[in-house]
Amino acid sequence: MSISRRKFLKRAGLLGCSAAASPLLTPMSFAALPSDNRLVVIILRGGMDGLDVVQPYGDAALKGLRPTLKAGEAAGASDLDGFFALHKGLKDLMPLWDKGELGFAHAASTPYRDKRSHFDGQDLLEAGLGMDGLGRVRDGWLNRMLQVIPGVEPQTGFAIGREEMLVLTGGAPVSNWSPDTHMNLSDQSRRLLERIYHDDPLFNASVAEAIELAEVLDPKMVETDADGDDAAMMKQQMMASMRGGAHKRVAEFAANRLKENTRVAAFSINGWDTHNNQRQALRGGLSRLQDTILILKKQLGDVWGKTAVVAMTEFGRTARENGTRGTDHGTGGAMILAGGAIAGGKVFGEWPGLTEADLYQGRDLRPVMDVRDVSATVMQGLFGLDQSLLEGAIFPGLEMTGALRLTR
Amino acid sequence: MAFNSETAAIRFGTGLSAKIAPPASVDDMLARLKGPDAMAERFPIGHFAQVEELMEKIRKLNKLRREDPDKRVEVQQRIGKLRNQAQRQQIEWLRAHMARSIFTEDGLRERLVRFWADHFTVIGKKSMWRFAVSTYVEDAIRPNITGNFAELLKTATFHPMMLMFLDQVNSVGPNSVVAARTPKRGINENLAREVLELHTLGVDGAYTQNDVFELAKLFAGLTYRRKGGFTYDAKMSEPGPETVLGKAYGGYIQDLFHVTDFLDDLAVHPDTARHLARKLVVHFISDDPDAALVAHVAAAYRDSGGDLMATYRAMLTHEAAWAMPAEKVKQPIDFVTSSMRALGVKEKKFAELKWKKIRTYVIAPMGLMGQMWENPTGPDGWAEEAEHWITPQGLAARIQWAMTVPTQLRSKLPEPVALAKTALGTRLSLELLQACDDSVDNADGVGLVFASPEFQRN
Repeated sequence: MSISRRKFLKRAGLLGCSAAASPLLTPMSFAALPSDNRLVVIILRGGMDGLDVVQPYGDAALKGLRPTLKAGEAAGASDLDGFFALHKGLKDLMPLWDKGELGFAHAASTPYRDKRSHFDGQDLLEAGLGMDGLGRVRDGWLNRMLQVIPGVEPQTGFAIGREEMLVLTGGAPVSNWSPDTHMNLSDQSRRLLERIYHDDPLFNASVAEAIELAEVLDPKMVETDADGDDAAMMKQQMMASMRGGAHKRVAEFAANRLKENTRVAAFSINGWDTHNNQRQALRGGLSRLQDTILILKKQLGDVWGKTAVVAMTEFGRTARENGTRGTDHGTGGAMILAGGAIAGGKVFGEWPGLTEADLYQGRDLRPVMDVRDVSATVMQGLFGLDQSLLEGAIFPGLEMTGALRLTR
Repeated sequence: MAFNSETAAIRFGTGLSAKIAPPASVDDMLARLKGPDAMAERFPIGHFAQVEELMEKIRKLNKLRREDPDKRVEVQQRIGKLRNQAQRQQIEWLRAHMARSIFTEDGLRERLVRFWADHFTVIGKKSMWRFAVSTYVEDAIRPNITGNFAELLKTATFHPMMLMFLDQVNSVGPNSVVAARTPKRGINENLAREVLELHTLGVDGAYTQNDVFELAKLFAGLTYRRKGGFTYDAKMSEPGPETVLGKAYGGYIQDLFHVTDFLDDLAVHPDTARHLARKLVVHFISDDPDAALVAHVAAAYRDSGGDLMATYRAMLTHEAAWAMPAEKVKQPIDFVTSSMRALGVKEKKFAELKWKKIRTYVIAPMGLMGQMWENPTGPDGWAEEAEHWITPQGLAARIQWAMTVPTQLRSKLPEPVALAKTALGTRLSLELLQACDDSVDNADGVGLVFASPEFQRN
């Protein structure tokens, strides 16, 4: 990961379960929020090819751009609206589309342009800033949303998985955990750890959160005797953590939290950097994404009706197939919206076209929509946030078009 | 403040040990680094050719399967066995990699190998290549960390693992002989972009999308062949010339030397000097590095034409390298190996540890700490920032490891206070000393030592 960034508040010791009131707090009352809704943000790392996932097979120019990457029925894709078709790797989501619980925002991008770096691209995606934000990334937009909502508790926002999620990092207290993590400590060791971490803000905040979460999530595991069972238990836990299907455990964990007091969850799905043999390379990511959405729907039960899932990526890929049956880093891409709270059954966005003149720099799908506008609109629909907050504290510099109706 | 041996061992080495003396001076560190690679001899790691042989066996079996469908089940079983063998081999190479850090007197070398292996990250994407990363590091990185950066750059860029990982192997020039025959074939930008963005100039460096595309055309022809290994195939290459970073390369005979000329120029570009200097300082000294120190290291790199020993010397002789407080956090591999080193794990016992235990005690826990061995999420490798590693879940995994694994590695655990003194020297805090005294038993006491901030920061 590039290195000139991320001066998190953690370093200054401002972050943790007991984070003090944020200067961005507004006098909005908790009751003003329809806070029973849920938002799940999935970061698709690697640059998902929107043109292959939501295929504009009705655009005559597509065929010429992509000689071996087929689209539409020829590729086993499911027709959506006569113009777009959904990649066959997501075909099990079609019942959601039919019920209006699945939609897409197409030709969307962050303000990131031109150098097409995954890492800067992901930073801007998660920071929710404009190009001028590069190198000044401090926190994530999802965290800034929590900063403007009073009454937020540490478990209101939950980052899940083994990796840090910048999008949910910042001054508002949030929780971070991985479903494969366990911590079995004696009472005495817990007290001693708190003592030795006391003067190191980063360790202190992390251990406080770890202890609290281990108690909530895995109560029987926390207290163990110092007799011989530790090794056996550890072995069992370690073997379990190596099993495949980690993404399914993340989705189940997210659903379980969202059924409790969590309102906002964020995690990543990796594997979208399909430079080579994309037909094959795209399968893994799509199957993980499809599993994830289906598990969320199933596990959430009634709560699915109040849930919006928004999946987004750092950039789309070249409109033209490259010379190795893949695609290179591009600009405009697609976002996936799912959940009972989504007013789906629709591909949002004004299609920019794919002729040479339509393409951004003669190479990429031209963005017609700002990823931040889509996120802001969903958040406005779910949580009733003021436009001024969305365009100020949460996405500074964003001008919402107001043209989208994405939630029920 | 200048050199002190404790910082040399902890910040620039693989940790303190009760048995192995820390370096005595910067000259001592650099002399060892420049000297023979004793650890590579003592704990051998295989070569890429071994994995190629394995791949060859698998190709033959697949051929047999196609030709004789009756043999399908048998072939499947034999391929399964080969895969297990490769997986075991990868674990043995990890064991050797760790042993080098645990038992070395030349810790800077091990740290630099990991630094450069990460700088030139490769991930094995399919079949047996998934298990081959250690051999790439052994063949392409390790022998080249004390020479000129240009050599390291060329060796890493041309290694089959890099060519496969960043999709160079099938990239052909749009006007190449191959593309004339099969018009669907063409350019893949992946390697060209990452060489500029990650390996040399840095994302803030002076290059544009057009440079990426021109470089991709210049790179066309670099490929990997089953027989013959790394190959420059003129039929795949673009006639040229290609203008990259304002200078034209190629345009007459199509030959590898145009590519090496470019990489030689790239290696001494001022942006490369700045990017590498900053990365080194960030890796070893501070997530938020002292600008004067970075400038000093970059100047040494530039003045020496990319000489790595001169670059390391500049870093190690600058006051700030020693004066900065310990604010970095060890990556999981460094955390685990420096713990074992301080613990005094016995060479024989470590060598005889069953491979399944390496999975349970090392690979799985490192994954929970956020470092899936040889499998980072992208070509940018592992993160540097302390905040990336010390998340609640990452710290929990470190604590869990510290409290449970050491008892499995020593038949009799050291007494916690003594261990703390060995592992931390003057960095040992009163709080930790007191906590060791108050711990319920030796296992928890040892766990507290390794879980402590002063042990995890370097």
